[in-house]
Amino acid sequence: MNTGNSVNHHLFVRENKAVSFSDETLEKVRSLIRRYPEGRQKSALLPVLHIAQEELGGFLSVDTMDYVASLLNLNPIEVYEVATFYSMFYLDKMGKYVLEVCHTGPCAICGGEDVLQHIRDYLHIETGETTPDGMFTLKEVECLGACGNGPVMQVNTEFYEHMTARQVEKVIEDLRQKQGEEGTSKGWAEQFS
Amino acid sequence: MGRAILLDKVNIPGIRAFEVYREHGGYKPAGKALLGMTPAQVQQEVIKSGLRGRGGAGFPTGLKWSFLDRKSDKPRYLVCNADESEPGTFKDRYLMEKLPHLLIEGLILSSYALGVKTCYIYIRGEFKYLVGILETAIHEAKKNNYLGEKILGTDFSLEIYVHPGAGAYICGEETALLESLEGKRGNPRIKPPFPAYKGLYDCPTVVNNVETLATVTSIISMGGDAYSKLGIGKSTGTKLMSACGNINNPGVYEIEMGLPVEDFIYSEEYCGGIKNDRMLKAVIPGGSSVPILPADLILNTAKGQPRLLTYESLAEGEFISGSMLGSGGFIVFDENACIVRNTWNLTRFYRHESCGQCSPCREGTGWMEKILYRIEHGQGRMSDIDLLVRIAKNIEGNTICPLGDAAAWPVASAIRHFRKEFEAHIK
Repeated sequence: MNTGNSVNHHLFVRENKAVSFSDETLEKVRSLIRRYPEGRQKSALLPVLHIAQEELGGFLSVDTMDYVASLLNLNPIEVYEVATFYSMFYLDKMGKYVLEVCHTGPCAICGGEDVLQHIRDYLHIETGETTPDGMFTLKEVECLGACGNGPVMQVNTEFYEHMTARQVEKVIEDLRQKQGEEGTSKGWAEQFS
Repeated sequence: MGRAILLDKVNIPGIRAFEVYREHGGYKPAGKALLGMTPAQVQQEVIKSGLRGRGGAGFPTGLKWSFLDRKSDKPRYLVCNADESEPGTFKDRYLMEKLPHLLIEGLILSSYALGVKTCYIYIRGEFKYLVGILETAIHEAKKNNYLGEKILGTDFSLEIYVHPGAGAYICGEETALLESLEGKRGNPRIKPPFPAYKGLYDCPTVVNNVETLATVTSIISMGGDAYSKLGIGKSTGTKLMSACGNINNPGVYEIEMGLPVEDFIYSEEYCGGIKNDRMLKAVIPGGSSVPILPADLILNTAKGQPRLLTYESLAEGEFISGSMLGSGGFIVFDENACIVRNTWNLTRFYRHESCGQCSPCREGTGWMEKILYRIEHGQGRMSDIDLLVRIAKNIEGNTICPLGDAAAWPVASAIRHFRKEFEAHIK
């Protein structure tokens, strides 16, 4: 789902629109920067990118990354190289709900591969694709650190554990019902006191 | 052998809250140390306890602390490694979720011992909900003067901040973690210099695992000598084991070091035996990076001694017939599990997680994955098996950080113990 002019062989999406945080979030970003020594504001990059992805469209567009660079007084390239390194950062538009299914060993030997295949069949999408209604993107991810409760998936960073074919159908249908409603879980900015 | 030292309070309702934790004896060790002991005395207790790093390497904690450059006039840092990402390992998540104040208290005690004024908890980004839980605990501790300026009226001040990662196994390696904490890609640093001299922001830094630092609270509470009497030999104290795979009771268990592996697998108190009454085929005892062992070698050493959950017993026979305690991520495979498929799966993991700095790891993990994929999918050649062994050997020891070894060992050990299964896939 490429929505705009892209640079660098479609690695990045540029939307050519002005992005900015709310005043409240900006205050939170400033307090995050103060957690690190003077001149080390680059340390706040990962937490700020989490907040940016969540609050500014669900992925990191070039516009968003450039904005974050300006907030932290960094060169844009310093943000791009970090955004491309870490798997939690999305560089392209995603569905409203991102189903991240663990495909690593401990989940795989407990039925994880069947759960993954069931999601593909149920939503008629392959890994990496988004449903035509823009609701769900399917991603395979490496170990989520919940191996005792496998198979495990995360939906927008919330854990869903002990998944079976029936369970994932239920999760998907519940999320469909929830469409438009605010989630109950706390966002990134709210995690920090 | 079941012994609750770290987890003694875990079943108390509401224990996540400061008040409940304190009512049940929490923050007494912090008071005891800050008001009645010198920093050197706290460190001495940790040395006496024999505590070894619980993240996987098993390096003596007190010794690691003694390397910290105390002559430098730069600030010192303590960084808590909560980037738990080793497949099969989920003990730190459990500890932080259930007993956040036990960790915070361990950080206060350790910072006091090390002369640290700022401490960061680097937690994997996927544990987002734990960021809020830890931040709340920090806020509560601060309100009660266990953090912040002049703690308990002493001259000791400390701030703790939670810092999320963003999905990168490599950041569990301590220098990659420091790079990431500085807002960069998680590329491990060439050592020396070690973090004890040049760590976070080029300042003297100690990086310790969550369980290690939480254990410092127990050690100060009961005394280093008493702690060292638990366990066997150089494997002192208790260890959190996270058990998963084809067993009846997956979960996190605290065991006294020295528990026989057989008891751990079959006792109702722990794993509860193999699911669906199947036979045990193999175990990866210390997280996905350590060598896999077939049933006979995980239950007994090659010399016929019962295998125990200690650093030494699991390593007995070295890599010919032994493995490692590692992180305590205990993955159990039943008779139906396919070792070839699992080895391919784990190699795909390491290929994905390689940072790409060193060519043996960057190229080798991808190469091994392709070969294992074709063996698993019926297109392998007999010569592939020895080729895999050769590639693994050429990765091992030839990279900046241990990820290369971690990728090589599972492949080498799977072939060593299950060569026939690889051959059967190819024939």
